Amino acid sequence: MTMAAAERPRGIGGAISDIFFARPQLLTLLLLMPPLLWIGVVYVGSLFALLLQSFYSLDDFSGLVVHQFTLATYQQLFEGSNVQIILRTVVMAALVTVVSAFIAFPIAYYAARYARGWMKALFYLAVMMPLWSSYLVKVYAWKLILAKEGVITWFANALHMGWLLDGVLGLPIVGGPSLSFSYVGTFLVFVYIWLPYMILPTQAALERVPANFIEASADLGADPGQTFRTVIFPLALPGIVAGSIFTFSLTLGDYIIPQIVGNSRLMIGQAVYTLQGTAGNIPLAAAFTVVPMVIMAFYLWMAKRMGAFDVL
Amino acid sequence: MSSNGKNTSPLGLRVAAIGGLLFLHLPLAFIFLYAFTTEEKSFAFPPPGLTTKWFGVAWSSRPDIWPPLYLSLQVAAIATILALIFGTLAAAALSRTKFFGRESISLLFVLPIALPGIITGIALRSAFDIMSIPFSVWTIILGHATFCIVVVYNNAVARFRRLSGNLVEASMDLGADGFQTFRHIILPQIGTALLAGGMLAFALSFDEVIVTTFTAGQQTTLPIWMLSELIRPRQRPVTNVVAVFVFLVTLLPILAAYYLTREGEHTGGSSK
Repeated sequence: MTMAAAERPRGIGGAISDIFFARPQLLTLLLLMPPLLWIGVVYVGSLFALLLQSFYSLDDFSGLVVHQFTLATYQQLFEGSNVQIILRTVVMAALVTVVSAFIAFPIAYYAARYARGWMKALFYLAVMMPLWSSYLVKVYAWKLILAKEGVITWFANALHMGWLLDGVLGLPIVGGPSLSFSYVGTFLVFVYIWLPYMILPTQAALERVPANFIEASADLGADPGQTFRTVIFPLALPGIVAGSIFTFSLTLGDYIIPQIVGNSRLMIGQAVYTLQGTAGNIPLAAAFTVVPMVIMAFYLWMAKRMGAFDVL
Repeated sequence: MSSNGKNTSPLGLRVAAIGGLLFLHLPLAFIFLYAFTTEEKSFAFPPPGLTTKWFGVAWSSRPDIWPPLYLSLQVAAIATILALIFGTLAAAALSRTKFFGRESISLLFVLPIALPGIITGIALRSAFDIMSIPFSVWTIILGHATFCIVVVYNNAVARFRRLSGNLVEASMDLGADGFQTFRHIILPQIGTALLAGGMLAFALSFDEVIVTTFTAGQQTTLPIWMLSELIRPRQRPVTNVVAVFVFLVTLLPILAAYYLTREGEHTGGSSK
């Protein structure tokens, strides 16, 4: 039968397929070339263009970019207010990551181990919908919830907890005139927006924990707490790390959320935005973007070592 | 005992899980509520009264909404088509053979969403600057397609991995050439994954704001319009009406994408 098929005249299409069949690498190369050119040239090329800019500097008097290699721009990163911007952003990203991991874990755990049938589908949709639905609409929702005359203030007063809200707002650094102009507000919105990115990989990792591991652990005399600490959690950790890549990276680079909900102290994203826009200081803006890139490169390297990419 | 523990979840866990889901969903309800409020100048809660007049106002007396909407739809459509082509090619190539450097290339393809959007944005902008490319619809599309490719790629690569090599070999043995095999064997199997990836890409592009602010110049997409309304509000309820609209436009493709890939999820679960 194969013989008969091979003898049939097959035209140009057949001839081309024969070539590809004989040289499968050639087909792979042909398939890969266009997308690789796009990502490799357009995207990575742009990243290099950006990197290049960070080695130029801004002439203080003329306000023009001096196209000459210098490390002076990077030096500026380590000056007082700029260091503060970087530290503030990294601390925020770390806190957002830790808290989202804590909120995400029960949801992921329940969805992976207890939800069955339609419940499982419901959980999946309930996480996917907020993940994909409009980013700006979600931020906007929080703007009106956190407003001074808004939902949270009303509920706090209705529950006679107004003192608690005032107490939080009265705290140094994290407080402010209202939740929508404070770090607490910025933090809440970050956690809300990136939470689904933490749930999904954690759930994926938990689903891969074989049920008989847990039974074996119980048979060998471990109580549920011990089983959790020594079997379930270590196996779920790569998923949490995978989720943290998103929560951490997305918080590092975001400039919309702190602009809409937050105080006037800048985060890295806002600094980049103002520097390249109104200030016209592209070199410093470029140098600023290198900070999250370096942090994320290190983070991704660590994550890969912990096996986080297998759950993505 | 362990089988008992399997079916009934601890109360604390259930409360935490349901509480978490409420936290994810309740805020969006307020967007809908505030689209009906009679209060125009503040976000007063509870709304002093309810009205449907803002839908009429948004429809007929705010001409500034329409051009951004058309621009967003145009950009999302073209970016999605480009992403479908390039994302599928990449997934096909990277899933069919193992070769040196494959790992690094697949890492490269997720880079546009792994790195913060602001980096993609400013990188593209400085590249446009260097090459003196003026801002246009195409600069926006270029930015959007870059991360949309990743979405399609992710969807397609998962399906390609499940694609049975036996069927392809059987097709070839029965005398089909590569193109016939692609048309009759591969495409029907990856079709829904591509459609799902395309819908997610569309939703993502329609809603994108971070990269767009860098690649749009003076042009206004719908999310950029919304952002400017957020910073300098004019008629707050009208912004809410648009927000409800944007929410629905992104929600429908997401639900459709879920529906299309649902079967795959089930087979994945049953094989466990």
